[in-house]
Amino acid sequence: MRVTFTVNGRTQRADDVWEGESLLYVLRERLGLAGSKNACEQGECGSCTVRLDGVPVCACLVAAGQAEGREVETVEGLADRATGELSVVQQAFVDSGAVQCGFCTPGLLVAADDLLRQRPDPSDADIREALSGNLCRCTGYEKILDAVRLAAARTGEAD
Amino acid sequence: MRDLTPTGLTQASGIKGGIGESTLRPDGTLKVTGEFAYASDLWHEDMLWGVTLRSPHAHARIRSLGVAEALATPGVHAVLTHADLPAATRYGLEIEDTPVLADGVVRHHGEPVALVAADHPETARRAAAKIHVDYETLPVITDEASATAPGAPVLHPGRTDEHAPHVPHPNIVHRQPIVRGDVSAVKDRADVIVTGEYEVGMQDQAFLGPESGLAVPAEDGGVDLYIATQWLHADLRQIAPVLGLPEDKVRMTLSGVGGAFGGREDLSMQAHACLLALRTGRPVKMVYNRFESFFGHVHRHPAKLRYEHGATRDGDLLYVTARIVLDGGAYASSSPAVVGNAASLAVGPYVVDHVDVEAIALYTNNPPCGAMRGFGAVQACFAYEAQMDKLAAALGMDPVEFRRRNAMAQGAVMPTGQVVDSPAPVAELLRRVKAMPLPPARQWESAGGAADVRALPGGLSNTTHGESVVRGVGYAVGIKNVGFSEGFDDYSTARVRLEAVGGEAVATVHTAMAEVGQGGVTVHAQIARTELGVARVTIHPADTRVGSAGSTSASRQTYVTGGAVKHVCELVREKVLELARARFGTYHPAWATAELLLEDGKVVTDGGEVLATLVDVLEGEAVEAEDEWRHRPTRPFDRRTGQGFGHVQYSFAAHRAVVEVDTELGLVKVVELACAQDVGKALNPLSVTGQIQGGTTQGLGLAVMEEIVVDPVTAKVRNPSFTDYLIPTILDTPAIPVDVLELADDHAPYGLRGVGEAPTLSSTPAVVAAIRQATGLALTRVPVRPEHLTGT
Repeated sequence: MRVTFTVNGRTQRADDVWEGESLLYVLRERLGLAGSKNACEQGECGSCTVRLDGVPVCACLVAAGQAEGREVETVEGLADRATGELSVVQQAFVDSGAVQCGFCTPGLLVAADDLLRQRPDPSDADIREALSGNLCRCTGYEKILDAVRLAAARTGEAD
Repeated sequence: MRDLTPTGLTQASGIKGGIGESTLRPDGTLKVTGEFAYASDLWHEDMLWGVTLRSPHAHARIRSLGVAEALATPGVHAVLTHADLPAATRYGLEIEDTPVLADGVVRHHGEPVALVAADHPETARRAAAKIHVDYETLPVITDEASATAPGAPVLHPGRTDEHAPHVPHPNIVHRQPIVRGDVSAVKDRADVIVTGEYEVGMQDQAFLGPESGLAVPAEDGGVDLYIATQWLHADLRQIAPVLGLPEDKVRMTLSGVGGAFGGREDLSMQAHACLLALRTGRPVKMVYNRFESFFGHVHRHPAKLRYEHGATRDGDLLYVTARIVLDGGAYASSSPAVVGNAASLAVGPYVVDHVDVEAIALYTNNPPCGAMRGFGAVQACFAYEAQMDKLAAALGMDPVEFRRRNAMAQGAVMPTGQVVDSPAPVAELLRRVKAMPLPPARQWESAGGAADVRALPGGLSNTTHGESVVRGVGYAVGIKNVGFSEGFDDYSTARVRLEAVGGEAVATVHTAMAEVGQGGVTVHAQIARTELGVARVTIHPADTRVGSAGSTSASRQTYVTGGAVKHVCELVREKVLELARARFGTYHPAWATAELLLEDGKVVTDGGEVLATLVDVLEGEAVEAEDEWRHRPTRPFDRRTGQGFGHVQYSFAAHRAVVEVDTELGLVKVVELACAQDVGKALNPLSVTGQIQGGTTQGLGLAVMEEIVVDPVTAKVRNPSFTDYLIPTILDTPAIPVDVLELADDHAPYGLRGVGEAPTLSSTPAVVAAIRQATGLALTRVPVRPEHLTGT
C-alpha cells in the first residue's frame, strides 16, 4: 500500500508498504529517518517516541497505515532546520551529560520536549512522571533530570 | 545511501579540554539530533534481511531439518543450517564450544538452528517458521545436583580445554579454590560464627540498542562487517575461522553501539550475517528484536553461595569459608574468568587471614551466562555483605563500624596472597557515605496535606498514602578488579598523528576501542590535548585497520587504551621535538638545554618561554606513531590454592541505601542511593559521575526488579520481553548523590582507577540491607520480590 503523511512539516510518501509495518519501520527503513530508535518494538521502552498530531506515541505501536494524512514529529525535527542549531532541550542533554550510549536519547528528547511545552516549569516529580515511559540503561536518570531542569531554566531565562 | 563508515569525531575545545575537565562528548550532538548511526540504523542498496531460527527446547536432538519450503518462499535468497557451514563450526571467547548453528543437538532454549536471508524482514521471519525441525527432547540439567548426578548427561563430552583435566565433573566448566591460612586451626577461637545461604537471580544486561550489524561481501572474496560490539579483534579472531577466511579478508568497523554492559562480549549475529552475505553475494543486515535479544546474548551468572564467617567478640574477622556455585548455562562463554573473580574476591574488601573458598561454574541447559558489569564480584558482594550485617548484629555492633574495623587498606594481603599496593580507602568510603545527610522522612507529605503518591511505594498505582510504610537504611561496600586478570596479555594499541591543517595543529587518534556509551572517545581527545597541547582532536572511527584495543569491559578502557593513547602521544611528542630541534634548534640555546613542553599549540620551555608554534614545526609534515601498551603483568591463580598476583588493580565503592517499604503489599521504594567511590583520578568528572549513577541503578535493578525467570522443569525462559523483565524507570530510580575520592594509583596512567563496575557491586546489598532493616526479614535472595516481604 501507499502511505502519505507529514513528517516534521514535510509531506512524505512511502510505496509498497506491507500492511503489517509499523510507523517506526516506515520512518527508519523507508524514509531514511533512523533517529527514532528500535529498542524493544513492543511499546515498553519509549525509544521510538514521536508526536502524532501533537500527542507522544510509541511509533512501534502505530501501524503505518494509521499515520495516513497525519502529522508526525520526530527527533529530526527538533533542531533548527535552517541553521542546524540544537533546540534548548537537545543542548541541555549534551551539556548535562545526559547522553551516554544515546540509544534512548531521541525518545527522551521528544518526551521531554513535549513535557516542557505542556509545563514550562515542571517539578522533579512532574519530570519523573512524564519520562516514566522512557527506559535508559546507562545514566541512572540523574543527568536526564539535570538536563530537563536546565532546559526549563534556560527557557525561563529566555522568556 | 547512508554512509556505513562513521565519520571521525572532531572536537575543538575553547578551554584546554584536557584531563580532569568535564569536557562534553564529541558524539553528543550527533546523538541528540538522531544522526548518530547505530548498527541497527545501517542501510545498503540491495541489502537483504537476515533472521535466525532458534530452538524452542532447552535440550533436544535434531532428528531432521527440512528447508525446502522455506527456500521456495518468494523473496527468500538463502537458508543456512549446520550442514552449510564452510569451515570452523564452533567458536567461543575462552573455549570453542559454541556451535555457529546447532550441530544435531540443541543445549539451551533459543539456540540458533538456521538462518534465512530475504528481501523483507517479515518475509524472512515467515520463511524461518516454515523450516521443519524434528526435535527429540532430552532430559535437562538445570543445577549442580542434576549436573553432577550419577548418569547425568554430559553436555560437552570429550572436552580438551585447559580446565578439563582439573574439574571434578565434566559438567563443571572450571573450579577455583582459594586457600590461605588455616581455617580449621582458628575456628575454635571464634566467639561468634554466622552462616548463610544466598542466591542471586539471572540478570540481563538489557542494553537498549539491539544486537545488529550489516555484512557487505567484497570483490576480493572477503567481507566488510559494520557491527556493534565490545571488542572488534576478539570478534575477528572468532569470525574468520568460521568463514574460512584469513583475518585480513574480514574487515570490521565499529558502528554505533547502544550500550553493552558485558552482553556484547560474545558473538551474536556477527558470523551469521557474514555467512549469509557470502552465500548470497548481497549485503545482509540483521537486527534482533527485544524478544530475540533475550536469547541472543549471555546473561549474568545466577549463583548460589554458602558462607561461614567467624569473628572474635571484639569484632575482628577470624576466618571466612565460602562455596560459590555459578550457573554458566549451555556454553562456557567467559565462565572460567567469572569463576576466578568470584573466588578471588569472595571475601570482599576485608582483612581475613584464614580463608577457604571454592567457586565453580556449571554447564547446564539453562541460558548461557557470561559477562555482565561486575563479573563474578557482584554475586559474591551480595553474599559477603549480607554476612557482614549478620555478624555485626550477632556482635551487637554498628554495621558500618564493624566493616570499618575489618576494612582493608593499602598494604593489605588478599586471600590470594597478593599485596594491595595502591590506595584502598575502604573505611574512608564507608565514613563518607554514612556522613552524607539523610533524606527527610515522609517526603510524600505535601504542604496541602494530601499525599503525593509518586513518592510512595507503589507510586501512581495509589496503593498507599503512607499507611504501613516503614523506612530502612542499609550500607554495603565492594571490591572489583580492574582489567583482564590471571596472566592475560591485556594490551591496547593506539595510533596518533599530529599535523597542521588549515593553520592549526590537529591530532588524530585511531584505536579499535569500542565506544559503547562509556565516553572513551571523550577521554581519548582529552588525553591527546593534555599530552600534545592542541585544541582540535579527531577521533578516527574504530576498526580492525589498527591493532587491538582489547575489550570495553572489566572497567579497563580508560586505563589500558587510555594508557596506550597517552604512551603514543608521548612518542609523537618526542618525534615532534626532534623535528623541531632539527628545524629551529640553532636559533635558541633553550632547544638544547631546557625541558620542552607542548602547550596551546606551541613548543614552550618549562619556564614558559615560547620557542615555536606547532604549525611552523609541522609544516608539510605529519608526525605519526603507533604502539601497543600493556599494564604490568598478572599471574594465573594456583589451581589448588588460588595464590597468585592475579589482578592488576582493585576499585572500591560504598553505598548507603534508604528505602521505604509498604509492608502490607511488599512494595519497595528506594528513596536515595548514595555512593562514595575512589576513582584514583577523575579524567572526566561528569562522565565518572554518570558511570557511578548508571552502575548504581543496575545494582538497584538486581536488588528489587530484574531477573530472567527460567522454568526449573523445562529450562525455558519465561519472560523474554521488557513487559515481563523490568528494568528501573526514572520513577524507580532515586536521587543518587555521589562523592568521588581521588587517591592516585601510582601504577596507572595519571593515577586513574577503573570506574565502571564497582558501583554495580555494593548497590544491590545496600538496598537489601535497608529492606532488612525496615522489615526485620532475613532476605537471602535477589531480586527481592513482594512475596518475599509479605510471606504470601
